[in-house]
Amino acid sequence: MSALNIKQGASGHSAYDLRDPNIQLIEVHTLAVLVDNEAGVLARVIGLFSGRGYNIESLTVAEVDHTGHRSRITIVTSGTPQVIEQIKRQLERMVPVHEVHDLTVEGPAVQRELALLKVVGTGDKRVEALRLADIFRANVVDSTLESFVFEITGTPEKVDAFADLMRPLGLMDVARTGVAALSRGA
Amino acid sequence: MTRQMTGAKMVVQALKDQGVDVIFGYPGGAVLPIYDEIFQQNDIQHILVRHEQGAVHAAEGYARSTGKPGVVLVTSGPGATNAVTGIVDALMDSIPLVVLSGQVPTFMIGNDAFQEADTVGITRPCTKHNWLVRDTDKLSDTIHQAFHVATSGRPGPVLVDIPKDVQFATGTYTPKPQANISHYQPRTKGDPEAIAAMVALMETAERPIFYTGGGVINSGPEATRLVRAFVQETGFPITSTLMGLGAYPASGDKWLGMLGMHGLYEANLAMHGCDLMINIGARFDDRITGRVADFSPNSKKIHIDIDPSSINKVIRADVPIIGDVTEILTDALALWKARGSRTNTTAVAAWWKQIAQWQAVKCLSYTPDSAIIKPQYALERLEALTVGMDRYICTEVGQHQMWAAQFLGFEDPNRWMTSGGLGTMGYGMPASVGVQVAHRDALVINVAGEASWLMNMQEMGTAIQYRLPVKQFILNNERLGMVRQWQELLHGERYSHSWSEALPDFVKLAEAFGAKGIRVSDPADLDEAIREMIAYDGPVIFDCLVSKHENCFPMIPSGKPHNEMLLGEADTKGAIGSTGAVLV
Repeated sequence: MSALNIKQGASGHSAYDLRDPNIQLIEVHTLAVLVDNEAGVLARVIGLFSGRGYNIESLTVAEVDHTGHRSRITIVTSGTPQVIEQIKRQLERMVPVHEVHDLTVEGPAVQRELALLKVVGTGDKRVEALRLADIFRANVVDSTLESFVFEITGTPEKVDAFADLMRPLGLMDVARTGVAALSRGA
Repeated sequence: MTRQMTGAKMVVQALKDQGVDVIFGYPGGAVLPIYDEIFQQNDIQHILVRHEQGAVHAAEGYARSTGKPGVVLVTSGPGATNAVTGIVDALMDSIPLVVLSGQVPTFMIGNDAFQEADTVGITRPCTKHNWLVRDTDKLSDTIHQAFHVATSGRPGPVLVDIPKDVQFATGTYTPKPQANISHYQPRTKGDPEAIAAMVALMETAERPIFYTGGGVINSGPEATRLVRAFVQETGFPITSTLMGLGAYPASGDKWLGMLGMHGLYEANLAMHGCDLMINIGARFDDRITGRVADFSPNSKKIHIDIDPSSINKVIRADVPIIGDVTEILTDALALWKARGSRTNTTAVAAWWKQIAQWQAVKCLSYTPDSAIIKPQYALERLEALTVGMDRYICTEVGQHQMWAAQFLGFEDPNRWMTSGGLGTMGYGMPASVGVQVAHRDALVINVAGEASWLMNMQEMGTAIQYRLPVKQFILNNERLGMVRQWQELLHGERYSHSWSEALPDFVKLAEAFGAKGIRVSDPADLDEAIREMIAYDGPVIFDCLVSKHENCFPMIPSGKPHNEMLLGEADTKGAIGSTGAVLV
């Protein structure tokens, strides 16, 4: 917008409403998309998001039904309620998409993410890292005399909190899986 | 019943099973086995185009004028990439197409082989769905599925990419009835509660309007019949998008004409002032809405669409009804009658009085000229001299397209082929070829501008080869008229590259192709020249030299709502602000 020199809120002279009337109403939604596990299906879904300018905050995908060749794509996205609705409708009309669930509105859901964190340090910092890992119930999956690799599972917020604590203690590398989510109850 | 055959034979067999009688294509290395099978049969006619883009537009013309899916066959690499513009065009206008493309053999895919392109990758965002078939056993099933996807729900183009080794290999043929058409079954029946809400709103409406779109045409002839019956029953006015022209007859007394950026004054003001908008199969395109924030501010909006993603995309619908136009209107009309056909007659009569005042403005007026042919006049005469004939109109894109929509009357659906969503210059010439292939004895006219027409003029060769008597009615202003108009209004009359220099002599060009060329520049000669064009049994290039600086009105400038239309030159000064200029 700035490149075109349009002032924020200049919609009075534009065919499109350039103001975002819902600027305060950006919501984060977790979508579960069940798709045929066929060639290119992930590219199709990602292409929809990039082509139409939707956000992807996190995305995970794996085949969950090996006989029926179904994959489950879990996408955390953000946008105004209108955009979130569009995303769902656009996903639903894709040929390989079987179901789209908005776990954020369909009731309570559990969200988990797995992360591996490499922390390098010696002495007190090393002891502190191990103590905090214990508090967060992170497991040590690799260890040398000057490093640990921790495995932590939890909500993205918990992983964020743990990573923040590890940073001054020698955090070198983080690998995160992105969010997997299921609705609660039967 | 299953049979063993080669993949190439399967392609032809599957097309026969699908009832295909004509395909548009161009051969090349990666589709030679399929062409070999085409050579050995007579059920399916193959139309050899001169460029793959032409094949797709011709198939679009065929599809639009028949209601059947168009079929295209192209080779790998450049064959497929040349088809892309046409495929996007079909996606934007919801035209059912099945595009079959050859691909390098499976074992060479990914090696940058000769004429290799990632066709499914390139066409993924511009098809409804596409498939790369790696196994001959799955080929026929995939083609049947492709037809199902292209034609069900909101129609659109699909592509099946077939590697050459898959065409040579032998596999088991799956006949159409046994094919797995997948879970893809879009909903067609409208929600009864929503339909009841629609009818209730219609009964109390004081200033109602029907706003119909291409969805009515796509839904089939029954949808057209129902729209007409509903208008008759209710007495409500009706307007249509560019795509929907012909659903309601232009001669009908409830017809307000096309709406939108170059739509009629009365149609746009009625949309702006209505209290109930009944959108049937249209998608609130930006050419229709103008400034969204001020679009029809005081109306309740009913939106009927088969594609749920169209609902609330641009304009929030008060009553969304998802499903097929035919099924929804059948139910709605039955309910309307069952509840006693209760139009608010007093209020609607007052509404018509208001509309009559807008109609009295005569927004299509232009300044006649006895020395130079005005493009509007040329189309008025074309209309007068062809009205009532078995006539199909195609267009290219630009001013001539808008004038054609304004000045030609469409009495029936499937008679109007124009590139609406994508706005593809070069669409009309090949589209007219496709229409004429489907309707051999009809009068097929492509209303063109000289610049658009040159973009796919090679298809004149196709018209000659297959004896297709298409009439190329070129309104030649030696300008890119619409670009010129915008430069005049928005860019300080700096006409950057918007004139057509070094134009060919269209009469000699026609003769070089083996067609007839007619040139006319004097308004007094126009009628006779048009009669000569119609009477000639063969393709004609009609070079109509028109005034060079005519602007297309009425016009809703970018960034303005419906009630701020420009009606003529006098209105244009300072009409578009700098922020409007960034919009297309």
